[in-house]
Parts: sequence; C-alpha cells; structure tokens
Amino acid sequence: MFASLHGAGNLTALALEFSPVVERSARDTVTLDASGLDRLFGFPQDIAAAMARRAAETGVRASVAMASNPDAAICAARGFAGVSIIPHGDEAKFLGELPLALLGPSHELLETLERWGIRRFRELAALPPLGIAERLGPEGLRLRELARGEAERKLTPLREPTRFEDEIELEYPVELLEPLAFPLARLFNGLTTRLATRALATDELRLRLKLENRAEYRRTLRLPAPSLDGKAFLKLAQLDLAAHPPPAPVIHVRVEMNPVLPRAAQSGLFLPAAPEPVKLELTLARIRAIVGEGRVGSPELLDTHRPDAFRMVDALAHARANERGSADGGVRLTLAFRIFRPPRAARVALDSGQPGFVAAQGIRGQVMERAGPWRTSGDWWTRDPWSRDEWDIALSDGALYRLYCAPEGWFVEGSYD
Amino acid sequence: MDGAALKKQFESALAGPLEWQARPAPEMARTGVHEVDASTGGLPRGGLTEIHGAASSGRTSLLLAILAESTGREDVCALVDAEDAFDPIRAAAAGVRLNRLLWVRCAHNAEHALKAADLLIQGGGFGLVAMDLGDTPPETARRISLTSWFRLRRAVENTPTVLLALARQSNAKTCASLTLECRPEARVRVAPFSGRGPGRLLRGMRVQVTRRKPGQAVTAAFDACDACAPQPLAYARGSLRAATLRAATVRERCV
Repeated sequence: MFASLHGAGNLTALALEFSPVVERSARDTVTLDASGLDRLFGFPQDIAAAMARRAAETGVRASVAMASNPDAAICAARGFAGVSIIPHGDEAKFLGELPLALLGPSHELLETLERWGIRRFRELAALPPLGIAERLGPEGLRLRELARGEAERKLTPLREPTRFEDEIELEYPVELLEPLAFPLARLFNGLTTRLATRALATDELRLRLKLENRAEYRRTLRLPAPSLDGKAFLKLAQLDLAAHPPPAPVIHVRVEMNPVLPRAAQSGLFLPAAPEPVKLELTLARIRAIVGEGRVGSPELLDTHRPDAFRMVDALAHARANERGSADGGVRLTLAFRIFRPPRAARVALDSGQPGFVAAQGIRGQVMERAGPWRTSGDWWTRDPWSRDEWDIALSDGALYRLYCAPEGWFVEGSYD
Repeated sequence: MDGAALKKQFESALAGPLEWQARPAPEMARTGVHEVDASTGGLPRGGLTEIHGAASSGRTSLLLAILAESTGREDVCALVDAEDAFDPIRAAAAGVRLNRLLWVRCAHNAEHALKAADLLIQGGGFGLVAMDLGDTPPETARRISLTSWFRLRRAVENTPTVLLALARQSNAKTCASLTLECRPEARVRVAPFSGRGPGRLLRGMRVQVTRRKPGQAVTAAFDACDACAPQPLAYARGSLRAATLRAATVRERCV
C-alpha cells in the first residue's frame, strides 16, 4: 500500500513521521510506502485519517490518497481533495473522471489527445494499446498505464537526513538553569522522536548556547552506550550545566544529536546483571556533582615503578575494552596497604641511623620493629625524578606503617592493613 | 472458621508447621577467604555487612579479597572511599579486576561517601557496594546517624547487592545483617617481620576474624602475606642486593 500527500507545507517531515521510505515525487507531492502501517493504525482509512489528523496538527494543508501503487495514489491525491482510498483493482474506475493534464504529458501529446476528443483518464484507458503504441509511441503507452492505474514501479526514497539538530530562540535571556530545562526538554523529546522513527539512537549530545554577550557556549555529552532516553539526556545536561554553568544569560539553544545504530546487547543467562549504561552515567554525574570531577571512575595502573602511579579512566569504557581477556588468577590473600593521600609529614627521631620514634598527624609512637631501608629511585632521566628510602615499621600503637625519607623530608606513606 | 483453625488445617495438610511469616534466608556471596566463608557462610546479598577493626587489623586485606572474589565472578563492584586510601597496585596484585571496579574518591568526607553509596545502590546493577570508612576518625563515623544506616539498609533490601561498610568500630548497630570484627592474631603471636639484620622483611600478618552478629561469636583466621608488594628493582640503587634478596625471599614464602 502506498500513500501520497499533495498540498502545501513541510510534507516531507510529515511523511517521515509515518514511514522511513519517502519519495519526493514533485515540489508539492510526496509519496510514502505505507506497508506495515496497518499493524499500527489498522485499516487504510485509519492510516489516512491519522495522516490527515497529523497534517492538521502540524499546519500542513494536504490531500491524502492511498492506493496499491504509487502513481495511482499520486493521481488521486492531486485530483481529489481530502482523503481518498482506492481499493485494489478499482483504480481505473476510481480515477476515470480525472483530467489528463494531471498526468503531466508533453504539450504536443496533450494537444493530439485533445484533438481526438480524449480529455479524461477513462477515455484514454479505453483506447486499444496497439493503436496507441503505433500512433503515440512509448510515452502514450505509459500514459495509458497511468490512466488505468496499473503502473507498477518502486519508490525512489529520499536520503535520510544525517543531521539531527534543532534549536529554539528564547523570548528573553535565561539566567537560571531551571527555566532552561523546558526548552531543552522540548528539543530532546523532538530529536529522540525523530531518531526513534528511523530506528536510530544517539551516543553524543552537543549543546550550543548563544549567550547574551554574543558569545557561544558549547558542551558535549558523550554517552557510554547509544540511547534514546530523553529524560536521562535532560538530567545529564542539567547536571553538566550545573557543573559548568554558562558565563552569561542564554538567548538561544541549539541541540545536535549524533545518530548511531541502537545498542544490540544480549546478556548471558548466567552472567550477573550490570548497571544499565545510561542510568549509570546519570548516577556518576550525580556523584561527580558531589565529590568533584576526576574523582569517579576505574583505576588504571601506569607502566612505571613510581609509587602510587595510576590514573582514573571512564568506568564503562574501560570495562568494555577489557571485557574479554582480563580474567586472571583469582583471589590472592595479600597484605593490603592503605595510602595516606597526601603523605603525612612526620617528625622522626633516629636511633643508630634508624627511625626510633615517629610522630605525624594521628600517629605517634616508639618504633618497636623495623625493616629497611629500601632505597628506590626512578625517572632520573626526566624533569620529575623521585628517590627515597623506605622503612616498614611497627609502632608501639600496634599498627604497621610505611615510612620514607625523601629529599623533602620524612613522610608516613600509609599503613598496612 | 477462625484463623487458628485454618492454620491448623493447613499444617495438618502440609504435615508440618506453617511458617509463612518467616523470611527466606538471604542469598550469600562468597568472600574469597575460605576460612571466613566456612565460619560465616558468606556475605548476605540485600543486606548490610559491617567489617570493623583497628588500624593494621587486616580488615582491608579482607576487603580486597572480597573485591577480588566479586569482580572475579563478573560482578560490577563499587568502592566508595571516604578517605581516599585505596591502593590500586595492591588491589591488582590481590586479584581485583580494576576494570570492573568503580572507585569513588570522597576526599576525606564521610557525608559525601554516604550520599555516593546511596546513589549507587539506588542506581542498581552492582554486585557489591563497599563503603570504606577505615581511616575516618571514630568521632566522625559515630556522628553518622542510625537513620542514615537504616536508609542504606532499606535501599539495598530486595536487591542482589552486597552492601559492605568498613570502619574502625561498629557503627551500623542493628542495621547490620552481619558484623565481622578483625584483629591481628594475638594467641599465635606471629611476628610480622622475618629474621634480623639488613635482610629483614615485612612478611605479613595472621588475621583473626570474629563474627559478632548474627548468633554467637565464631572466629576464623587467615594469613595475609606481603607477597605482592611492588618492588622497583630495576631502578633500585644502593640496596639493590638487599631489595633483590627481599623480593626473592617473599616469593619463596608466598609459594
């Protein structure tokens, strides 16, 4: 089944709301493949009514026609106002009274047909095909097929727009983030609906805010997995803007979404559940707002001997990259170490060149047992070398600590636990 | 027919007492330490487990074992670190899969740690959420109201998540489903250092874990050795021989 819209307004956008296969047949006509819409709307008249209703809502003035082939639908949409449904097999009868000019024949051909007294579809359809072929050639035969509503062809679909963006000019400059949520929600909802109609999702949101001082403020939110959750996008954008507020009131909002294929994931039956990626990103954004940027993630060890060398990486991306192959030997019962960040400056009394008494913030006691010094150094070929002598000590308070002496002085690095 | 008669009728049909009000036993997760699992049965999912003990009592060693076990079975774990004390190098050496661990560093703020733990539990999907208040001063930890602990307990109820709190002393009181107390083994008196003189090593400690709740106290013990301390041998100067000797001895002990 095919549907055709003929009229004025943004017909293409309207057609794309109903089907991904849309042909722009003329400046004022679009045709769409309506097969499968019956599962959503029901009978062809219900589909056509839904289109007419949506056209009225979006301010598009168009006549709607449905037929079993695209050209019959186009002719009906052009020839009849309102909603027309052509039953399969009745095309010639239905279109019979329409004028031939609707078919758009060449000027000479139309003149010839008028001289013969043929002005309507019905009259052309009644002519014998052999006679038309002899006198009018292939173009005449094509016109006869169209007039009988028998022309079969495939649609030439529009290329899908690759940019998903929308914008809103605000009526007055917005200073607070809360009122900004309303235009953002509207933009996110519209864009996610457009993505959903094309079975797409997004993995990146780009916000462009024009400010009152004529500057442009840009923020980019990358999602750990493609999603279409408009509410989560809004909350993420709000948290991001709260963490990085624009320097001046906002007068214009523009949102762009990067279209990607949705995430197709199938969890293992016996694998434990993991946090849903977008929900986790939202949770992490909320936690970042509490503890600060760069303080949430997975630790990744660095290839160096420098003590406490690691960096924080995005939790999920890191997990995905190492999803297979990082399983190793399992649990090894080792003595854990609790690091004092920053190291606690200590006052150390030496006894025969070895630490005998240690006092630091929250730590004070006689050194009962010790091992060391273990002298370590590294990165001497860089501008940031390190060098220190380490002791493992047992203090009279019963705890085990690591003490080190660096050029800057004595420090307690942490405790064994 | 009154309720008692109906119950009696059911019990006679079922050939046993009807315990429809009894709660089902919680699913337990292994800790990764066989001795502790044998004495406690594991950590209850959907409940709050509290591990407490003084500094150098082995509580963090137990935490690392639990994290290693949990990440090893593909659970995604979260560590809310109130005092920023987590050592990822040691954790990796203990078998913790860092790519399945979310580390929240709260920069010496217990209140932030509570909020972060609450958000993580509400978000769902974690196999283990551990809140490390191990270096938080006892007076600060005591100021966390019982209401906050109750809120955390309610949040984790009916989820497959193990909520773990590590502190110097027990804070959650009645909200904890399982309480474990760690202390260095005193009776056996295992010295943490080996030998005498320049080749002396910190070799580890024997940790005694006592289940304080539920039921009667049950004690287990395990060894946490300093086997995997990273030694920068390649760039060591001066005491290279001593450091090599130390690493070799440790390896030998560990094997």
